[in-house]
Amino acid sequence: MNRFAELLDRLVLTPSRNGKLTLLTDYFRSVEDPDRGLALAAITGDLRIAAVKPAMLRTLVTERMDPVLFGYSYDYVGDLAETVSLVWPQTPGRIANREPTLGEVVARLQAASRSDGPKVLAGLLDSAGISARFAIIKLVTGGLRIGVSARLAKQALADFGKVEVAEIEELWHGLSPPYTALFAWLEGKAEKPRNTAMALFRPVMLSNPVGDGDLEKLDPMDYAAEWKWDGIRVQAVAEGGIRRLYSRTGDDVSGAFPDLAEAMDFSATLDGELLVGDPREATGTFSDLQQRLNRKTVTPKMQQRYPAFMRCYDLLQLGDEDLRALPFRERRRRLESFIKTLDPSRFDLSPFVEFTDWQMLEDLRRAPPHPIIEGVMLKRWDSPYVAGRPKGPWFKWKRDPHIVDAVLMYAQRGHGKRSSFYSDYTFGVWSGAEGAEELVPVGKAYFGFTDEELKQIDKYVRDNTVERFGPVRSVRADRDNGLVLEVAFEGLNRSTRHKSGVAMRFPRISRLRWDKPANEADRIETLQALLQES
Amino acid sequence: MRASDLLHPRPEGLYCPPGDFFIDPVRPVNRALITHGHSDHARSGHGSVLATRQTLDIMGLRYGEDFAGTTQAARLGEAIALNGVSVSFHPAGHVLGSAQISVEHQGMRIVASGDYKRRRDATCAPFEPIACDVFITEATFGLPVFRHPPDMEEIARLLKSAAQFPERSHLVGAYALGKAQRVMRLLRDAGYDRPLYIHGALAKLSAYYQSQGIDLGALEPATVESGGRQDFAGAIVVGPPSAFADRWARRFPDPISCFASGWMRIRQRAKQGGVELPLIISDHADWDELTATIKETGAGEIWVTHGREEALVRWCELEGISARPLHLVGYEDEGD
Repeated sequence: MNRFAELLDRLVLTPSRNGKLTLLTDYFRSVEDPDRGLALAAITGDLRIAAVKPAMLRTLVTERMDPVLFGYSYDYVGDLAETVSLVWPQTPGRIANREPTLGEVVARLQAASRSDGPKVLAGLLDSAGISARFAIIKLVTGGLRIGVSARLAKQALADFGKVEVAEIEELWHGLSPPYTALFAWLEGKAEKPRNTAMALFRPVMLSNPVGDGDLEKLDPMDYAAEWKWDGIRVQAVAEGGIRRLYSRTGDDVSGAFPDLAEAMDFSATLDGELLVGDPREATGTFSDLQQRLNRKTVTPKMQQRYPAFMRCYDLLQLGDEDLRALPFRERRRRLESFIKTLDPSRFDLSPFVEFTDWQMLEDLRRAPPHPIIEGVMLKRWDSPYVAGRPKGPWFKWKRDPHIVDAVLMYAQRGHGKRSSFYSDYTFGVWSGAEGAEELVPVGKAYFGFTDEELKQIDKYVRDNTVERFGPVRSVRADRDNGLVLEVAFEGLNRSTRHKSGVAMRFPRISRLRWDKPANEADRIETLQALLQES
Repeated sequence: MRASDLLHPRPEGLYCPPGDFFIDPVRPVNRALITHGHSDHARSGHGSVLATRQTLDIMGLRYGEDFAGTTQAARLGEAIALNGVSVSFHPAGHVLGSAQISVEHQGMRIVASGDYKRRRDATCAPFEPIACDVFITEATFGLPVFRHPPDMEEIARLLKSAAQFPERSHLVGAYALGKAQRVMRLLRDAGYDRPLYIHGALAKLSAYYQSQGIDLGALEPATVESGGRQDFAGAIVVGPPSAFADRWARRFPDPISCFASGWMRIRQRAKQGGVELPLIISDHADWDELTATIKETGAGEIWVTHGREEALVRWCELEGISARPLHLVGYEDEGD
């Protein structure tokens, strides 16, 4: 249990992706089955503990210590799981000779019934030290919040076994904790597990951005062009009566889109973009799509108002036939005839963009016919469907980003390599009547600048600090003083959480405008107008 | 006599009217008795200072030799009469030279413990419980959430991380007096024998510790002159916590920031400070040490100062021990 507890403690405070991968792979290497598999399941959210509920924690602890002292403690720490793990009274005689393993803890929690749940939890907490207690409570409350996505955990598995992450993704939904066969394969001790489960995820094919000079080397006749839709890339798999919608990283998102899953009455695997609206009439905007995202449950009203549909790009499997090795031209031909058999209110075909030369495509790209289009996709007619991001067969050519001139307001110290630099910047634009302008924060960015520029901004922040709050400095920013940052971003969402009412998508610093006076930075109305368009 | 006639708080610090002296005064006074060398307890500019030899030496290193009008070294355990009040110094186990001060007059004994801890520390003499009528305890970590783990476990985590990330340097933030030397000594006890790199602010005090027979092994300045950036790969660097947010830290390759402090027990504290590897190593007593010490002194009355007084006062109430917060001003609540 202590090794798992230590892993959690390290992961939560390690900001760098590489650092997290090292911690995870070292853990997989040094810990045996079934503990490592259970830890993996806890991290990916695949561990279920039904009968033990977090609500019982407070009762359990105040039965064991003075409620006033517990109150002082909880007020100070602010996190219930952490407070309980720290104050839980340790009665010397009651500590076992050795702490339970993760496997034993999970087995006891999963075997607990609703009525003996509190007793089982208390018994486990009695037998563990502080770090292990915290880990046990996190297992019970679910949601570790350690900044490790399921995707990152799969990458760590791939690193550990020196295989492609696509192989892990493809296997993943056929496996279950504690993943003994998976680890045996990754350690070279057994064959790759065979997948017999239905409706599995096929690792998706991704594209590279068009770089400077890329197109000059390419023949337009070798490529098909499609619009790049700014929805959610999904894979719809229906097989043997099982229907699943996967995100592009292989997470099962079927639950959030029951209306679309309902219409998957076929036996095939489709690749496409999830959008809202009725494809025969109108495609919804990104704001419309947002209404359907990050929801645990969807009301019938929501499904009616913002119906989900899939704009299909590719056909990977039809019946028993795996089409992925076929050229795109052939897969597309099959897709066109297959799509005619589907519900037209739920599935349509991603249309081609007709062009004869790159300049013509460039003009079309700059003036897309719908706000939810974020550019064009180029696909070689002869490309097979391969997992990952191979260079050459597929390109994305995005619409130019939006640009706004904003004023630096706050800077926060970075992590790791950047721990001595102020590298995370909150910036704002002007709002309010003339003569009473105020800066209102509109976003935060921490990349886009060179190392040299980082040094310059860092110096500026240190020289112009007006207030400090922990790792954050408030920077002098008024009509006469301030550093103007040119910020590039992909789009704007309406936001009720931000005072400005807008949230930027993918903001980054595109240029430092040392030359520009702060009072010439943009006003909030510029951004509001953009919001109207989308 | 009442205890409060023997010692009571004044704006300058804790004052003894019959003896006419202050303990750890925060402003210049005529006569000061000083428990240990941390700057919020040991200030310069007093008329005369009575403290242990080591505390006087440390004050001299920090403030220069003329930090007080006159000085007198107190030998541990030896009674000194000041205007008929008997005072004696006893080890507090906090940092090198740290002492509790026992003040006795007309059958009443009060022990002002200053800052203290109970666990073993190879860099200073261990705390000695003194039976007394009134015990004045610190409460820096006076909440049941503060339970310091064994310090060797923390050092083991540091060494494990250093092995796990050999291409990066580990920057250990530790206060210049006491904590830094203790961390170095613990590393040596754990078998780490490579040179330790230290920030300039630690040099004089670390050399003093070495001169007092505390072996810290090879210490090298963490300057660029002593090596290129890549020479710090895999190195353990010790410096004051403030230095790591500073430009000074840029000479190290992809550093992992570590902080040795009792506050690191609280995850949010580590997170807010951008600490990647918190080391829960404290020179103050944790909750269990505080409560055990209070019982051990047998004092009928407890005065609680600098820290989270209310929880410790509450605990005393529950135990049937009379207790009250002693509102002294000027001490750093955050000190560890």
